[in-house]
Amino acid sequence: MPDDADNQVRKESERLMAELPHPAPEPGQPKAAAESFCAVFDDRRVLKDIDLSIYPRERLAIIGPAASGKTTFLRCLNRLNDLEGNFSHSGRILLDGRDIYDKGMDVSILRRRLGMVYAVPTPLPWSIYDNIAFGPRISGQRSRSRLNEVVESSLVSAILWDEVKDRLREPATNLSGGQQQRLCLARVLALDPEVLLLDEPCSGLDPISTAKIEDALAELKRRYSIVLVTNNTKQAARASDRTAFFLMGEVVEVGTTAQVFTNPQHQRTIDYITGHFG
Amino acid sequence: MIIRPVTTHRIAVAALWTVTVLTIAVLLFIIAFILAQGAPHLSVEFFTSSPRSMGREGGVLPMIVGTLFVTGLAVAIAAPVGIGTAVYLTEYTRESRLTALIRFGADCLAGIPSIIFGLFGSVFFVITLGMGLSVLSGALTLAIMVLPTIIRTSEEAIRAVPRVYRDVSYGLGGTRWQMVTRVVLRSALPGIATGVVLSIGRSISETAALMLTAGSALGMPRSLLDSARTLSVHFYILSREGLSMPKAYASASVLIVAVLLINLLAYWSMRRFVAKVT
Amino acid sequence: MKLDKFIRVVLLLVALSGVSGLALMTAFIFKEGLPLMVRLGVADFIFSSQWYPSEGQFGIAPMIVGSLAVTAGAMVISLVFGLGCAILLTQFCPPRLATGVIKPCIELLAGIPSVVYGFVGVTILVPFIRDYLGGPGLSVLASSIVLGVMVLPTVTSISADALRAVPRSYREGSIALGATEWQTTHMVMLKAAMSGIVAAVILGMGRAVGETMAVIMVAGNPLAMPDSLLSPVRTLTSNIALEMSYAAGDHRKALFATGVTLFVIIMILNTIALAVSRRRARRAGL
Repeated sequence: MPDDADNQVRKESERLMAELPHPAPEPGQPKAAAESFCAVFDDRRVLKDIDLSIYPRERLAIIGPAASGKTTFLRCLNRLNDLEGNFSHSGRILLDGRDIYDKGMDVSILRRRLGMVYAVPTPLPWSIYDNIAFGPRISGQRSRSRLNEVVESSLVSAILWDEVKDRLREPATNLSGGQQQRLCLARVLALDPEVLLLDEPCSGLDPISTAKIEDALAELKRRYSIVLVTNNTKQAARASDRTAFFLMGEVVEVGTTAQVFTNPQHQRTIDYITGHFG
Repeated sequence: MIIRPVTTHRIAVAALWTVTVLTIAVLLFIIAFILAQGAPHLSVEFFTSSPRSMGREGGVLPMIVGTLFVTGLAVAIAAPVGIGTAVYLTEYTRESRLTALIRFGADCLAGIPSIIFGLFGSVFFVITLGMGLSVLSGALTLAIMVLPTIIRTSEEAIRAVPRVYRDVSYGLGGTRWQMVTRVVLRSALPGIATGVVLSIGRSISETAALMLTAGSALGMPRSLLDSARTLSVHFYILSREGLSMPKAYASASVLIVAVLLINLLAYWSMRRFVAKVT
Repeated sequence: MKLDKFIRVVLLLVALSGVSGLALMTAFIFKEGLPLMVRLGVADFIFSSQWYPSEGQFGIAPMIVGSLAVTAGAMVISLVFGLGCAILLTQFCPPRLATGVIKPCIELLAGIPSVVYGFVGVTILVPFIRDYLGGPGLSVLASSIVLGVMVLPTVTSISADALRAVPRSYREGSIALGATEWQTTHMVMLKAAMSGIVAAVILGMGRAVGETMAVIMVAGNPLAMPDSLLSPVRTLTSNIALEMSYAAGDHRKALFATGVTLFVIIMILNTIALAVSRRRARRAGL
């Protein structure tokens, strides 16, 4: 049995190696880092002693089975979990060296620096233009020409501009699922964030839309750090530079994607990647 | 004798149609009856002059002004307080026994007969607070009367806004107030407007409570502390005292047309609400 | 951030003023009326039929009977016509006719001011009853009919909601078994929607009990117990409206006590309606 498992891993990893064109990320100062971070809801510890760094201009994939804390971790990064009444934490999360849970930290500004895209497309019930312009407007941008520019550049970066440039005033709900999700990506880009947080953005999307989003991320990593939570190990393999494996609220393993998929260090990682559970 | 089911079916359907047609006939009859007798007596003089000889002659200008004063002031007080209360209860507090109690209280008070509000107003505002029979007493009484309804409809409209929209707004760095005004209230507006418009309709029709608080003076109200007679009170007194049937019918015509227009407005705004949500 | 805190405080004050206004009203009514009821003895107040304010006698039994009689009559009418309309709207009528014509008409009925209803009642219904059925015309019957029409829209809309909430599979299953639409309606749909219909009736009763102006105009308002459909009657609400303007001292307190009685009746009805619709929601597995 162990031999079979090893063979399986080797076959999988050879296949994946062929699909991995991306170089390793730049080393150096991390953009964001979690240090011994624990997330607690009521008395349940959902995240336990997370130590994880996110570097500039990289795509970090977070994989793991359901309920392993991936989404919770993402929501800790932009402090969305503060909205739950029973959330408390210990440890630190640093953004550019500063603890985001510091008393003096302005949460609104923080959330504009880390833009989040959700698993289900969430267009607001307005026009495409108003959806994208919403972020800049609430940060105080009033100039109509500036807003036009931002809307266009965001839609271009999200690979949606050509499809909607003639119908910016139409309701966003008229778009297909894949287009709506790219809209949500554009909406986040309009804030010119520094880190993109994506929570299973392609779940429920057709392969073409998924490919478009992955292409957009490949381009976007030139300007942003990207954290991509995904249930789909194959997506992690093809669309990320580093991968972290979460299990039951802990980081089991983290490393370059190539290394995690071809030479995982822990048995649980092997088991998950080869589909023994999940 | 056995009656075939098809026959009972036909009889039943015929009976149901009869009942419905009769109901609609009653509605049309009431409207036609009033308008037929009253419309001939409507004239520019009717709308622009004051009553003479206890209302046997002249017009209803003071009554129209009185109605506008009382209703306008009542809604100007009740709408912001009611909507503000609903916003606070739904967006700024957590669901608790206290909020459930307040909701139950508002529900009950929405069903309390208007005469009881009149009872309260006629002692508390008129006597205890010394405002006398006045526009102010009437308006405050009406405001308390429609407040529960406005709180209830506003709350329902706000709760109907999908939770996701709030998450999106926070995720893009919005403050709570920005989320409430730009996202929640914008979506809930038709539902809230319906509640307010219906309250206006109810205020215009109100008679007994106003007689006890705003009085029934025939003169033009010139200040908040003047007693005023609203159109429905005028109509009631005219018909009860038998002073002038033509004038009574004319007043009733104005009342009916005003209230029907308001109900139409509410209906139209409600349909917009349903269209937006579905 | 500071703006947010400021707004939160402002909204809290607004909410407090709204809530305390309502609480004040409730407390005031009870404070003015309850002591008298207790002093006279609650049972005496409710069951005595001697209402002679000048002699300090306050018994509201005739008014309670009056309200009950008039409400019962109104519910019969609104049930027959209101439920009938609801059944037609949801089961037998083409949808465009239903939402485009019939439903708006019924909602317009709800918009007509009560004084207009009373007026039409006095001008047309009362003479009709007097001439063809006897009695003074101002009667329980006249009040019931007028109230029934006024309450009808409430019964119709809530019953229609209840009927629409019945799963389609019930109806389709019954028809598939060969039942006619009417059989389906009275054997399946009505039973399934029953708690909603009961809630509609109870809420309608609440409206009927609370109506004042229309009833004053067609009921006659004597101080005696009504003894037949055609005899005149005085309801609790009419009592308050008619006497409030000149009542003083204990008399006024007695009117407040009448208000307390009304309050309690409506609260009971509302609670029952709430319990009934909760039971329906639980049964439907919501």
